[in-house]
Amino acid sequence: MEELALHILDLVQNALAAGATEVVIEIKEDTAGDRLVITITDNGCGMDQEFVRRVLDPFTTTRTTRRVGLGLSLLAMAARQAGGDLQVASEKGKGTTVTATFRLQHWDRPPLGDVPATLVTVLAGAPKLDLTYRHTVDGRTFTFRAWEVQRELGGVPINDPKVLTFLKRYLEEELTSLHGGGGDDAEKLR
Amino acid sequence: MTLKSLDDLRRLREEVQKEIETRQGAEVQIIVGMGTCGIAAGAREVMTAILEELARRNIKATVLQTGCIGMCEKEPLVDVVRPGEKRITYGHVTPRDVPRIIGEHVVNGRIVEDLVVGRAN
Repeated sequence: MEELALHILDLVQNALAAGATEVVIEIKEDTAGDRLVITITDNGCGMDQEFVRRVLDPFTTTRTTRRVGLGLSLLAMAARQAGGDLQVASEKGKGTTVTATFRLQHWDRPPLGDVPATLVTVLAGAPKLDLTYRHTVDGRTFTFRAWEVQRELGGVPINDPKVLTFLKRYLEEELTSLHGGGGDDAEKLR
Repeated sequence: MTLKSLDDLRRLREEVQKEIETRQGAEVQIIVGMGTCGIAAGAREVMTAILEELARRNIKATVLQTGCIGMCEKEPLVDVVRPGEKRITYGHVTPRDVPRIIGEHVVNGRIVEDLVVGRAN
């Protein structure tokens, strides 16, 4: 996968498959410390410690149709290739936290990619999800809480195509200004 | 959200609310494969294109997602199910194919034969 945002989408799909009703996506960019940290926390069914130990092995999966599960191992590989690592903390019945770290300036770090498209795709598939997205760039933070929009919409579902298209534009504007408002060129360099 | 965005959101809510009230009958279902294989092959861009085309042309359809269904090599996969008709599966779908699938099949019921990779009975 070429974008970190695609890995995030993949991991949130895991959380939804684990029955999560709350998901927190947190991205922290720290230029001075040369670090990028992505944390995804869910309240899904969690895993026992034995499963957590094996979970980065591509031949570990909960799937019963075949025996390969690639999602987490692909992100772990991307993190290690960019001077970082991936950690999974989980408790059966409580939920899971996945933390991926990268060296921000590392040559092999994949770009963050289209985070608004990822968030909108998550909400398209899980309109009732209590989704929080918090993105910090060198101490400045943008927070998006889906419930604020869901509350405002009343009976109108958040996954109506017009609402999602509106939200995507809104998130694009907010993230551009979080990254210094430099437009397309600045975005590409991320 | 900023006040301006909230205002825009409220205006959009009124608009969509009215459309929902005038809507009738069963809707067409569009189902996008969003497993690891689908995502890696470009399913998110296809999903985004579908949402934008439906919003732009003011078409009402239900957009759903599914996980890996075992045809990973043909991802991105998009199913279209019109009420009372059999499920048609399109494969290797790109955002450029989306206006055709929606314009031809979702709206007019004409299957886009060159993109079909499966039909359920």
